[in-house]
Amino acid sequence: MTGLLNKDRPPVFCPGCAHERITHALDKAFQEMNLTGNEIAIVSDIGCSGLFDTFFRTHAFHGLHGRALTYAAGIKLARPELNVIVTMGDGGLGIGGAHLLAACRRNIDLTLLILNNFNFGMTGGQYSATTPAHAQVGSGFLNQLEPPLDPCRIGAAAGAPYLVRCSAYDNTLSAKMAGAIRYNGFSLLDIHGVCPGRYTKKNRLTPKSIEEAISEMPPFSGEIEENVRPEYGAAYREKSASLDAPSPRPEIEAEFDPPSRNRQEILLLGGAGGRIITAGEILCMAGMTAGLNASQKNEYNITVLRGPSISEVILSEAGIGYTAIDQPEIILAVGQEGVDRAKKVFDALNPDGMVIAAADLTLPECAGEVIRIDFKEIGIKEPDRALAALAVLAGKRRAILPEMLKRALEYRFKGPINESSMKLVEKVLWER
Amino acid sequence: MGRILIDGNEAIAYGAIKAGCRFFAGYPITPATSIYSTMLSLLPPAGGICLQGEDEIASIGCCLGASMAGWKAMTATSGPGISLYSEQISFAIAGEIPIVIVDVQRLGPSTGSATRGADGDIQFLRWGSSGGLPVIVLAPIDAADCFLLTMHAFNLAETYRCPVFIASNKEIGLTKESLDIHALQLPAVMDRKAPPTAEGDAAAYLPFAPLQGEQVPGFAPIGGKILSRQTSSTHGPDGYITTDPGIIAETQHRLREKIENAVQNFSFHEYFPAQGARTLIIAYGVTARAANAVCDQRKNSKDPISLLILKTLWPVPEGLIRKIAGNYDRILVPEMNLGQYVREIERILPEKRPENRSKNRISFIGEMNGKLIGPEEIREALDRKGGEG
Repeated sequence: MTGLLNKDRPPVFCPGCAHERITHALDKAFQEMNLTGNEIAIVSDIGCSGLFDTFFRTHAFHGLHGRALTYAAGIKLARPELNVIVTMGDGGLGIGGAHLLAACRRNIDLTLLILNNFNFGMTGGQYSATTPAHAQVGSGFLNQLEPPLDPCRIGAAAGAPYLVRCSAYDNTLSAKMAGAIRYNGFSLLDIHGVCPGRYTKKNRLTPKSIEEAISEMPPFSGEIEENVRPEYGAAYREKSASLDAPSPRPEIEAEFDPPSRNRQEILLLGGAGGRIITAGEILCMAGMTAGLNASQKNEYNITVLRGPSISEVILSEAGIGYTAIDQPEIILAVGQEGVDRAKKVFDALNPDGMVIAAADLTLPECAGEVIRIDFKEIGIKEPDRALAALAVLAGKRRAILPEMLKRALEYRFKGPINESSMKLVEKVLWER
Repeated sequence: MGRILIDGNEAIAYGAIKAGCRFFAGYPITPATSIYSTMLSLLPPAGGICLQGEDEIASIGCCLGASMAGWKAMTATSGPGISLYSEQISFAIAGEIPIVIVDVQRLGPSTGSATRGADGDIQFLRWGSSGGLPVIVLAPIDAADCFLLTMHAFNLAETYRCPVFIASNKEIGLTKESLDIHALQLPAVMDRKAPPTAEGDAAAYLPFAPLQGEQVPGFAPIGGKILSRQTSSTHGPDGYITTDPGIIAETQHRLREKIENAVQNFSFHEYFPAQGARTLIIAYGVTARAANAVCDQRKNSKDPISLLILKTLWPVPEGLIRKIAGNYDRILVPEMNLGQYVREIERILPEKRPENRSKNRISFIGEMNGKLIGPEEIREALDRKGGEG
């Protein structure tokens, strides 16, 4: 079988560059595996390793520095049958460190070839993540202050199931590459080589010294037993196959006559964790059971179970443009944090407005009717106060009716939650 | 059939699925996260892939890989994430990679305010990538738009092979609304065009040669029978690095013209002219809704106001704006920022620039304080003497 090298675009590396040997070894590996060009995608990073995609007649993808593994992941997940090879230098290893860790953890069937020549060749020989502290490179003394990292030991710690450290001058390099490509999971080859254009101008590095240095490092020659597990894409597809599509959203029919068809602005004030947003949703749905348009604008802080939670609900037969509430008709107040945050709005309450508030809250002065509810006394727990306040509102036949609220609960909840919420609403309606 | 209660973020996810999206990758960020979680509920059971990237750069990178493999892809984030996407956005422009990018904008520079809305990224979306070439940006005003414009965004990404943004806002993304989804007029779903190359003649495929009579290249997926090439480097039609100034210039001009010259094909907007109006409000995003409320109130007054809602922000639909604005003495541009798109309005209507001191004036109101711009503020701006904004 003839190779997959691109005859029109021969390698353009410096004389004596290890990358050239790696190019030919990779072509030999493809031949050993009997692969055709369209069974392979070469994803190349930036720098001299970034030229690899041009030397082969395969699918090719050349992108930004350090990000090659991210493109490769997308390609492989969309095309599981494709052999995806990533070529990256020690520069890409450093800048793309988070992507290397993620690739090791995910175990997508990619083959990463790290063309490790201990410096940034193309930009002038600056130090990289693998430059030894004793090396003379284009970054002054900086490399003396940062120890080099070992991609194999990092890979092992991060969960890569197949790791090989070898020399670009290894006679079995193509077999090692083929082994990594055949491996069904993430494989990484840390290939040490010479950069004659930059690194070896001031540093002694030969095939023999590389061989010696590798023999003194922890050996990596293939599968890492404790990291062996199913390939990510296969596992993803298996898990997905057993998932059901989510049930469609409830379609709410108009069936009731609402107490009002005018724009009703209702403010729900509480604390995070007080199910304010759920109550707002139920209120919207209740309005929709009477054919009204509904909108719900929410306000809360980034904290999860702390801080105010405010829901601004508008019900209106006409279309709803502006979704904020500056002058509410109705305020449902069930938590002090929400009340404190929305203090100013109480000033703006219409004289014919209504406030339904928990008995233990301190409220600002306001116009309109204030109805105090001692939730504790009627056995309503803290997180149920917002729904209970909706029941009080429905009992007053303001904005919604009891039957609208109950139908909304049927749309919103299924099973036991529907039953318990329905019971709660019945209880409040009865108590009131 | 009834109506559903849905927020803008969910509507974007549903619109994406309807448009044929099969791949999503994103990184959690308020207020965009629920697009990711909705995609995660929808895509895997349908045979698609939804990933959580290790960061935003990886998320969009995975999408670019999947898109080049032939899958329609989308990612979603907020301002801080768009900042991290920048290098990949310029790649999608240069490599003509179809992708839909959602920006659910939140307040402020930097990490800003995660749970407050703003439209502070409007110029950033256009100019926030290296090279300065154009992108398409669509701006929804409500949940219905989120659904429809996301479908259009996919169609545009496929047709023009480019990144297409949805410029949403926390106040749209996380606001729930009743929606009659059956009443929406859905566009036909478009797919990227295949190259003319016969499969037997795969060697002749030029991945960046525009199709005959068009400015967009045919698409052969990575992993298909035809060998495909993608590169972020400056390239000619063959997809290899070139240093030929003629070829370079031709490609750069084509990348610009294929988008800018086509804007009349996708100038989404709504125009509400009022009888006898001398003032036009030009608005976009959630602010258009407050403007609409003002125009409604003034419909039968002695000072009626017209409204132009722009839903395609980039490229600027210059012809459309000039044609409509020509009928008015005064223009008011309200924005949830300190003045961004108004620059475009002033640029294309030089005769109405404030310094020209004519009675034809462009004025601006805007604020970034975590609150919506309300009808009251717009009314005040309209009533200010001489329209000084």
